[in-house]
Amino acid sequence: MQPGLSADQQFFQETTRKFLDARCSPADLRALAADPAGYRPGWWRQGAELGWTTPLVPEAAGGGSISGAGLADLSLAAFEFGRHAAPGPLIPANVAAFSLGRSASSGGGALAAWLERLLSGAATASWLRADPPGTDLGGASLTAGAGPGGGLVIDGQAPVAEAGADADVFLVTARAGSGMVHAVVDASAAGLHRRRLEGVDLTRRWARVELDAVAVPGDQVLPAPADAGFEASSTSDASGDLAERQLCIALCLQQAESVGAMQAAFDMTLEWTANRYSFGRPLSSYQEIKHRMADMRMWLEASYAITVAAIDALDAGRPDASELASAAKAYVGHFGPELVQDCVQIHGGIGVTFDHDLHLFLRRVTAGVPAYGSPAQHRRRLAGMVAERVAS
Amino acid sequence: MSEDVESFRRRARAWIRANLDPAPQGEAGIGRARSDERELARVARAREIQRALFDAGLAGICFPVEYGGQGLSLEHLGAFNQEVAGYDCAADLQIPTFTPCAAVILEFGTEEQKRAHLPAILRGEEMWMQFLSEPSGGSDVAGALTTAVRDGDEWVLNGSKIWTTGAWWADWGLCLARTNWDAPKHRGLTVFMLRIHQPGVEVHRIEMLNGNREFCQEFITDVRIPDSDRVGDIDQGWTVGTRWMFHERTAMGGGSPYVVRPAGSGSAGLVGSGDSLWPLVVAEGRSQDPTALDLVGEAHTLALVGSALTPRIGASMRSGALNDQASALARLYSGTRSVRYATIAYELSGQSGLAWDPEAGDPDPGVGYLMRQAACIGGGTTEMARNVISERVLGMPRETSHDRDTPFRDVPRGPAAG
Ligand SMILES: Cc1cc2nc3c(=O)[nH]c(=O)nc-3n(C[C@H](O)[C@H](O)[C@H](O)COP(=O)(O)OP(=O)(O)OC[C@H]3O[C@@H](n4cnc5c(N)ncnc54)[C@H](O)[C@@H]3O)c2cc1C
Repeated sequence: MQPGLSADQQFFQETTRKFLDARCSPADLRALAADPAGYRPGWWRQGAELGWTTPLVPEAAGGGSISGAGLADLSLAAFEFGRHAAPGPLIPANVAAFSLGRSASSGGGALAAWLERLLSGAATASWLRADPPGTDLGGASLTAGAGPGGGLVIDGQAPVAEAGADADVFLVTARAGSGMVHAVVDASAAGLHRRRLEGVDLTRRWARVELDAVAVPGDQVLPAPADAGFEASSTSDASGDLAERQLCIALCLQQAESVGAMQAAFDMTLEWTANRYSFGRPLSSYQEIKHRMADMRMWLEASYAITVAAIDALDAGRPDASELASAAKAYVGHFGPELVQDCVQIHGGIGVTFDHDLHLFLRRVTAGVPAYGSPAQHRRRLAGMVAERVAS
Repeated sequence: MSEDVESFRRRARAWIRANLDPAPQGEAGIGRARSDERELARVARAREIQRALFDAGLAGICFPVEYGGQGLSLEHLGAFNQEVAGYDCAADLQIPTFTPCAAVILEFGTEEQKRAHLPAILRGEEMWMQFLSEPSGGSDVAGALTTAVRDGDEWVLNGSKIWTTGAWWADWGLCLARTNWDAPKHRGLTVFMLRIHQPGVEVHRIEMLNGNREFCQEFITDVRIPDSDRVGDIDQGWTVGTRWMFHERTAMGGGSPYVVRPAGSGSAGLVGSGDSLWPLVVAEGRSQDPTALDLVGEAHTLALVGSALTPRIGASMRSGALNDQASALARLYSGTRSVRYATIAYELSGQSGLAWDPEAGDPDPGVGYLMRQAACIGGGTTEMARNVISERVLGMPRETSHDRDTPFRDVPRGPAAG
């Protein structure tokens, strides 16, 4: 589906696909529904060996990408995650690895040690994200103040943190005065309380996490990098840029995943229309159905297009990356669920049953709607960017 | 060795800045009513610009050199599109003259026809129209009733074409006509090149609901055309027609190599971007209104998605990942996007879109809204695009038809067909 991939990228995507084919069949997913983590021990480490954790981290810091465009590479895995509705903390783990990878060497021992464990898959991370001041993308309320020895004291609550119940470590992006700070917090830190939630996805997990005066030692605070390597449009300080970049990465990966889920639902439904008969004809012979499949095919192609455009812009460090990432969320976040719900409709009664596989993908796109800012919040963010540009 | 993209870009930039005027606002097309004098002046100016581009070696960037083009790549065209953003670059010639008309001649014309017409087109001397739609129907293009009868070395044409935008000032029509009423629908058609201004071709103007009078209907009576003006084989017009429709859809979706489409780099220059709506929001005092912001963001999203979609589909078609019918995806997108944009613009304009001071006001959003559906009709309807996507891209069953294997003269026609 993706034109212009190199042989190595295709190989990477195929390896992930085969791995997930073998381990994430719909029957496997149903069996995992009762599993607290949503996946079996060892699974995440195996995935890490396939390259799920390294693409956003420089080689010097223990990472490495196939093509040099790390997000483009990683998005191929994200797409396969969506197509299989696969479990695992793909997005938070990679946002955390990316953030640590930029600063582990300069930040010293603790950060480097966590990075190593994240890259190998020995540890998993959850990401607690506050919005930079003056912005509203549904972030958590997290504030950091100065602690002893260059450390921080963080307070607040993240009502819904992906993979938060089982994470070994949290990447916390918190407000500090008019800017942002980033730190890693051990799951065992005093004052950190978490509560497992039930959610819409069969194998994705969320938790409510509270931080009650959690003290973070100085060596677990990410230093503000000199070169943000990225022009954010809304904030100018380097830590703000990091927050913006984290957000864009999460948005891109999440849309890639949603596109994969859309593709799976679409393929299933196209096949169904050919095999299901009513009035002595296949459903696929009715123009009403054909036209809806055509609309869906267009939404799917458009979703791919804007997601890949955002990924390319981010990999290239282009200034329009934020705009494209928000547009991707605004578009895919709306048309993804519309597409899969229409697939349900075209399936008829069987479409709303647990035994049918369609809901696996409906769950995945539905989970994507509010995370990292809703489509409506991103539309307003885009309007803000427009206003700023027109005014200048 | 052809010129590399960057030196071409520099050359184009220098020439454009020295020679072209800023693009006139809202001038071309069907958007609003204009006087005939203004329309003719605009067309004359378009021809001049095209001639100047030709003389500067910048016309027909992706057309072959032997027919007056530059023989360059899509990347060169992309660079030109960026450089020409904001300048007047003969918009009227692009569609339908360069594509589908010139594209069809390039693909199916004889060597003589190509040498006679393509350089003239690229010099701005010939403006072409598509003579496809008929009063009896436009979606069912192959159902053309206009008839050509062979008479020695000539053909005699009779019938009527309709909805041609600008035929009253254009020079030539690419005309699909029936040459065999005993063959089934698709096997009795032939394509001709028809001089518009000649005895026997009567051009009537049709007023659109916004007052624009560019729509035309042509009445063709005993017009004689030399056989040398036939494009493609006799009765094989649908072979030509299929590619013709392809070029049209590609153009409607914005991915044609044969037309110039000014494209600002970044979103400021995007067609239908949120930037173009922001002045309305400010004028209505709604720049803090979440509903208005939501609508601007939605329009902006759709514009950004559109500008990502077209090149993606083009690349997928070139790589073979999608077949060439996939241009219908871009056509469907652009139609539905334009419709949504028109709705949003009218909503954002508030009452100033409803009634305005003719001295000062700008009627665009209200009148644009009235014309909204044109974007989903002209260039082949979005329903036809959905048919193409479902049948030719997704392989779903074709609609049953009552005209496939029957001699065309026996095919049922509704009372409206005349
Ligand atoms: C701005 C503009 C410029 C145009 N310029 C030109 C031009 O230069 N040259 C030219 O030849 N024509 C031109 N047209 C005409 C245009 O191509 C036709 O209007 C169009 O193809 C539809 O044909 P029709 O109007 O006869 O409608 P019809 O074909 O009668 O269709 C009526 C309605 O029925 C739907 N419909 C028809 N068949 C099917 C089907 N099989 N399945 C589902 N739905 C169907 C259509 O989508 C439409 O909604 C232009 C039109 C516009 C609006």
